[in-house]
Amino acid sequence: MMAKDNGTASAGKKKPINEMTLIFPALSRNESFARVVAASFISQLDPSIEELADVRTAVSEAVTNAIIHGYEDKAGNIKMICLLYDDSVEITVIDEGKGIENIELARQPLYTSKPDMERSGMGFTVMETFMDEVKVESEVGKGTKVTMLKYFKSLKDKERRAKNDK
Amino acid sequence: MQVKFSNKGNILIVRLIGELDHHASDYVRRKIDGEMIKPTTKNIIFDLSNLSFMDSSGIGIIMGRYRAISRINGQIAVACSNAQILKLLEMSGISKVIQIFSDADKAVKSMLGVTKK
Ligand SMILES: Nc1ncnc2c1ncn2[C@@H]1O[C@H](COP(=O)(O)OP(=O)(O)O)[C@@H](O)[C@H]1O
Ligand SMILES: [Mg+2]
Repeated sequence: MMAKDNGTASAGKKKPINEMTLIFPALSRNESFARVVAASFISQLDPSIEELADVRTAVSEAVTNAIIHGYEDKAGNIKMICLLYDDSVEITVIDEGKGIENIELARQPLYTSKPDMERSGMGFTVMETFMDEVKVESEVGKGTKVTMLKYFKSLKDKERRAKNDK
Repeated sequence: MQVKFSNKGNILIVRLIGELDHHASDYVRRKIDGEMIKPTTKNIIFDLSNLSFMDSSGIGIIMGRYRAISRINGQIAVACSNAQILKLLEMSGISKVIQIFSDADKAVKSMLGVTKK
């Protein structure tokens, strides 16, 4: 059974101006690697420092979840796909781990299935707060796919200012 | 990731340097807990001034220490001025239960004022 939530992510309509796929083993030392790669990939658009930090944080949450919940520290690969649009980025983090039984419950603030590990249960809430749209698809025994969309509002503001200066 | 300790009376100041994510969290937790069991520790200040990144793993660490320190009626405070980390502290509700200061000196002064009473 394919569990889906009612998130509305996916820019879809437009053609990306650039794209990138990264596949790496589910090792915790790759958490920083993944967020550095995502941040430098979107840097070509020149987003604000805050927007860069938002994306770094959300990627860190999604990749950490794949490692500790999806694969539960066992071996496996994580795929990160970045689609860059002229005003936004869509980042998808995919694992082929154990999957999520109840997505709605998992997304709730403070919910964690690993309180013994001192997890805060705030990962999905962080992704939702720091990104504009978050979609979670998961199938028990098959894996999880988290798709996050971030609009770079700072670019719009820059454009507007440039126009006003004329 | 580096963890440095200093003491002001019964306050343990924990200075975190680098990026606090899940990868760093085991090491950080072990270091802090080793220092916390010393009988001289009653209160804790987390100095995040030299932290360039933190995600919800850091929230878990701070909340865990908060629970332990509360059990011995101690105080806990955080020093932080990084916008991304402040946003995280606010959205997680930490700022509702733990006082946040712009730097460690202010946190120490406030805590000494409180604990002297
Ligand atoms: N990739 C994943 N695979 C399996 N389960 C997941 C995955 N991501 C999240 N979960 C589940 O959702 C819960 C909530 O995740 P999150 O909000 O990040 O909190 P935390 O990681 O602190 O537990 C996790 O405890 C876990 O049960
Ligand atoms: Mg998480």
